[in-house]
Formats: sequence, C-alpha cells, structure tokens
Amino acid sequence: MSRAALWARRLALALGLVLLLVLAAPALRWLVWDATWTGQSRAACDPAGACWAMITARAPQILWGFYPSGHGWRVVLALALLPAGLAPLAVRGRAGLALLTAPLGAVACLALLGGARLLPSVPSAYWGGLSLNLIIGTVCAIFALPLGVLLALARRSGLPVIRLLATAYIETARAAPLIVVLFAAAVLVPLLVPAPLALDKLARAMVAITLFEAAYMAEAVRGGLMAVPQGQREAAQALGLGPMRTLVYVVLPQALRTAAPALVNSFIGLLKDTSLIYVIGVLDLTGVLRNAVSDFAWQGLEPEAYIFVGLTFWLLCFGLSRASAVLERRFQAAPTPIG
Amino acid sequence: MTRPPPRRLTAARLAAWAWQGLVLVGLAAVLIWAARNGAANLRASGLASGFDFLGRAAGFDIAESAIAYSPRDTNAKVFWVGLVNTLRVSALAALLATALGVGFGVALRVKAAAPRAIARGYVELARNIPLPILLLVLYSLLAMAPPPRAAIVLFGLGYVSNRGLYLPRLEWRWGEGTALAGALLALFALAAIWRWAASRRAAWVLTFGWLGFCGLALVLSLSGLERPRPQGFGFVGGGVLSPPLLSLVAALALYSGGYIAEVVRAALGAVAPGQAEAAQALGLSPAQTLRWVTLPQALRVAAPPLASQYLNLVKNASLAIVVGYPDLVALFGGTVLNQTGQAIETLGLILAFYLVVSLTISGLINLWAARQARWAVR
Repeated sequence: MSRAALWARRLALALGLVLLLVLAAPALRWLVWDATWTGQSRAACDPAGACWAMITARAPQILWGFYPSGHGWRVVLALALLPAGLAPLAVRGRAGLALLTAPLGAVACLALLGGARLLPSVPSAYWGGLSLNLIIGTVCAIFALPLGVLLALARRSGLPVIRLLATAYIETARAAPLIVVLFAAAVLVPLLVPAPLALDKLARAMVAITLFEAAYMAEAVRGGLMAVPQGQREAAQALGLGPMRTLVYVVLPQALRTAAPALVNSFIGLLKDTSLIYVIGVLDLTGVLRNAVSDFAWQGLEPEAYIFVGLTFWLLCFGLSRASAVLERRFQAAPTPIG
Repeated sequence: MTRPPPRRLTAARLAAWAWQGLVLVGLAAVLIWAARNGAANLRASGLASGFDFLGRAAGFDIAESAIAYSPRDTNAKVFWVGLVNTLRVSALAALLATALGVGFGVALRVKAAAPRAIARGYVELARNIPLPILLLVLYSLLAMAPPPRAAIVLFGLGYVSNRGLYLPRLEWRWGEGTALAGALLALFALAAIWRWAASRRAAWVLTFGWLGFCGLALVLSLSGLERPRPQGFGFVGGGVLSPPLLSLVAALALYSGGYIAEVVRAALGAVAPGQAEAAQALGLSPAQTLRWVTLPQALRVAAPPLASQYLNLVKNASLAIVVGYPDLVALFGGTVLNQTGQAIETLGLILAFYLVVSLTISGLINLWAARQARWAVR
C-alpha cells in the first residue's frame, strides 16, 4: 500500500472516531456522567442525566422478584445447580456422568420450590425478576432440545403417518408468533384441560414455550441430520450395528455437532423470547420494572427501565454467542471422522 | 432411513403400521378428550361457540385504521382492519430493514476498518437485544420528544413531537385507491414489457415510453400537497405516523436489519473470488461483473434466508400489542377475545392468517428455487 493511501486510511479512521465521539458523547454523558445512582425517589435524581436510583433501590425485586427476603440464595443455588447437572454432557467422552449429576436438577427444584419439610415452600407466583427469565430459559431449553431431536427424527422417519404429523406440527409452530402461543397457553388451555392438569399460569407458559422452541430446534437438528453422509449409516450397518445403535453412536453425534451453531442461536432466541412473558402477567425482569415505573415515586422513568432491561439481555446474549464461538472453534480443532 | 422392501407383509411392516395406527388413535383420543372438556367448560360458563360473533357489531373504536371503520361495523371488519394494519407495518418495516441490512451487510465486507467496525457494532447490538425490549425503549424515548407546541421542525415540511411524526400528504385527484391501483398497474406493465418484449432494444424503448406516460399520469392525478399546520394543542392537515406505529416500524426495521446484514454478508462471501477475477479477465467492467456475475450468484444464496427473515418480520409485527398499535393479534386476540370470550375461534383465525402468510412465502421461495435450479452450474 502506498504511503498516501495509508495516510488516507488513517485520516478516515480518525474522522470516523471523532464522528463516533460526537454522536456517542451526549448519550454517554446522559447514561453515565450525569446519572444519579442512588436515591429513594425520582425527586432525588438530577434531571440532566439518567436516574438509575430506581434500579439500585429495587435491586432485590429485579434479581428475584417477590421471593421472600433472606431466601434469595435459594434462587442463586438453583440457577447454579441446573447447568451444573448438565455440565458432563459438554465434556467429550464423559457424557455418562450426567446420570450421576442429574439428581442435582431435583435439588435445584427443591431449593426453588421448597416444601418436603426442609425449606418453607414458595409458590411460583412469588418468583420473578431476572432469575425467572434465566430459570424459564434454562428449563425450557433442557426440555426443548430432546423434544426437538425427537421431532427432527420423526420428520425424517420412514413411517408416513409419523412424518406427516411431525411436519404439520413443526410448520404450524413455526408459522405462529410466540405471543399467540402465550395467549393460547393463558386462555385456551384452561378451557380444554380440566383444572388440576392445567397447572398454574407460569408452568403453562413454560410448557408452551418449550413446545414452541422445540419446533425451531427440530429444524436445526434436521439440518444436521441431512448433513451426515449416507456412507456413515451404510458403514455402521455393514459393521452390524442395528438401526438404534447406528442412530445413537454414529448419526446423532455427527448431526448434533453440525447443528451446534444453529442450536446455540435457538438457545439465544429462547432467552430473548422469555422477555415477552410479561404480556400474560408474569413478573419477569420486564414485568418487575413495568411495575416499578407505575409506582408514583418512579413515574416517567420508562426509558431508564427499558434501557436497563435491554443492556442486561444484551450482555447475556452477546456473552452466550461469544462463548459459543469459542467452544465451536475448540470443537472444530478436534479430529472429525471422514465422511 | 431406508424403506422396507415393498408389497410384502412382513412382521416389520405390520409392526410399523401398528405403531402408526396407535399414534393416530392416541392423538384422536386426546383431541376428543380436549373437545369434550371444552364443550363442558363452555356450557358451564355460558359462552357461545361458532363463528356467529363475526357478524355482530364490534362496538369498540380502533385508534388507527388504514381502511374506513366505525364501532358499528362487524367483528369480521375488525379482522380485516387488523390484517391490513399488520401488513402495512410489515411492508414499511421490510423496506427499511432491507435498506439497513444491505447497507450494513456491504459495510461488513469492505476492507476499511472503520465502517466495518461500525457495522459490526450495529449488528451485534440489534441481534442481541430482545425485540419487545427494543420496542419499549424506542416507544419510551419517543414519549420524551417535545410536545406539539415545541415540536422539532423538519425542513419546514413536517414536525416531530410526542404525538408522532407529522408529514405533508399528497392529494390525489381521483382518490388514494385509484393512485395505488395505478402504481400497481404501472409496475405490472413494466414487468410484462421485460418479460415479453421481442428484443432488449424494444424493451428499453417501450420502458422509456411507458415511464414517460406514467410520469404524465402522475402529474395529472396529483392535485396538491397538504402540509400539517400547528393548531391548538396539536396539528391539522397532512398525514401522521403515530408513536406506536413509528416505534413499531423502527424497532422491526432495526432488529431485522441486523439479521439481513448478516445474510447479505454471508451471501457476498459465498461467491468464490475466482468468479469475479474470471469476469474481469474476460474484460467485464466492475459494474458488469457485479450485475452479471457476483449479484446473481449472491442472490441465489441469499434468497431463502432472506425469505425467512421477512417471514419472521411479519410474525414479529404481532408485538404491536406491546405499544398498543392495533394489529391483528392486538385487535382479535386482545379486544375481540376479551369481549366475546371465544378463545378457540379468535386464536384459530389468527393462526390461520399466519399459516397462510408462512405457506405463501415458503411456497414462493420453493418456486423460485426450482426456477434457479434450471440454471445452476455445479
């Protein structure tokens, strides 16, 4: 590159940076420098900047909703145990350990729900805040992934009835907007299912989200299944493996590895989708903050509230996508079977 | 999965049919059970069933509607109002999202670092914030705009205030419907010219002639420009884009734009560099290379994911209820459902609409892919 071109590039870069600063500086001043961080009402805030006092004053609610005070550790414990129980699945060759760690999931449920004369029971109506989004995201992902694998296999099955039903289900679920599915869970299910089976509103919504996301995961897995070369199946059959073993030991591991990026995208989508659950009256992160700004002391702070929610989700989702990119690079470095 | 050899009633084939029969019977049993429960619950709560409610008067007003509507109109009319509103928001947002996506997608592939970094920042921001939250942020920021009295003036033509964006409106001599029909006719005629003209030369001549005629028709059918004027506590005249509509269109465009940018970037990267080099070696100019070599191949890669982005956009327009814009879901799944209590019918109609949209878009893309496959060089 010639010297002149190099200088032109540097000049363009400097101009770009100056432009960015001119545009971003007022926003940064409002967000950080002129902002008020603590206080008991909006009156304590400097009108020149953002009022984050609401966030700090309501921190416990924002973290775990109306969970009894002093019991917040149970939520944190449950959130730590849920992924811990599944961790062996991510380790090469140690997936079998998951059978040993699976009971950690039950411990997580016990910590969260209470009861069994060990801990005071806390009904789901008291759950909320950011931890509720994370719980919904994790639990729905845990159930939606196996369901998605089953649906993907059913869609490629040799049995016409099974294939037709799976295709119809996946296409219908993918055509529907999530908000309609949530409405259906809130209004339609109590109409069609007798009371004890209809569960409470939160559980219904979680089942609905699981069924909804399973269709998307099925499509991701189907893409992976289609990428497995036919020779792999034939080789497995030639070695004398039955259809079930061919599937479990040969086809699925390769299909899931190919589908991993698409699956991570669906997990991130699922986490983002949990932000919509407030429309049926569940007090998740968005719901809690909508409550907060309807309080007289904090009226008119909608921009701050929603910017906070947006930043929180951005950090979570961006972090997840970066982490998955790192994992993907490591997986690609591992030797792959020749197709 | 391999199929069993045909026309022999082996044990495996019998088992397969038995399994499928079992699944069907189980599904039917669950459906009948749910239907009986539903019927019993409806009887117990005294709710009606069936589609009679579509013919009854709706009795509520709608904040904004693209077609004429009054509370005396039927619920069926409400369905059309919601449908048109959904499609209007989707079309506006799709246009903006395409512009954003193509612009930033190309920027993601340029050599200079600054535009690439800005485009990367936009894409990562847009794709990692949930759409409902983005929508709420934009809506709440719009509410902080100055009141009509202190509205921001846009080049002396329009105003921005917390009541929305006020823009001048074109006045049509023969009504807006005629103008829209005329525009559609002009486009179809243009497509027909290029499809069936005897030669390229003839096509260009016909196109210029037709465009000249259309320009004349446009000038003749325009009768004036109506500007909004401040009056009292608001504005009169002109057209208005309300805050819910503005924030919905902006949020959908920003969100989908991020995804479309990634699609465009991937598509541009999928064209082998040797293709452009070969085109240049053959003596094609850079513009010709883009038009005849790079773009057709990139478009072939981009079309299926683009179609699914547009489909997502139409589905995401259902978030209108978050800011109170009367789209199909907000009107039918919200107000009409609450008034009639007929959840099965209202939600069923909404689902049918989205199924039709989804199947139409995927059908079109399959048709297009089949056409493309004829030219595929592999």
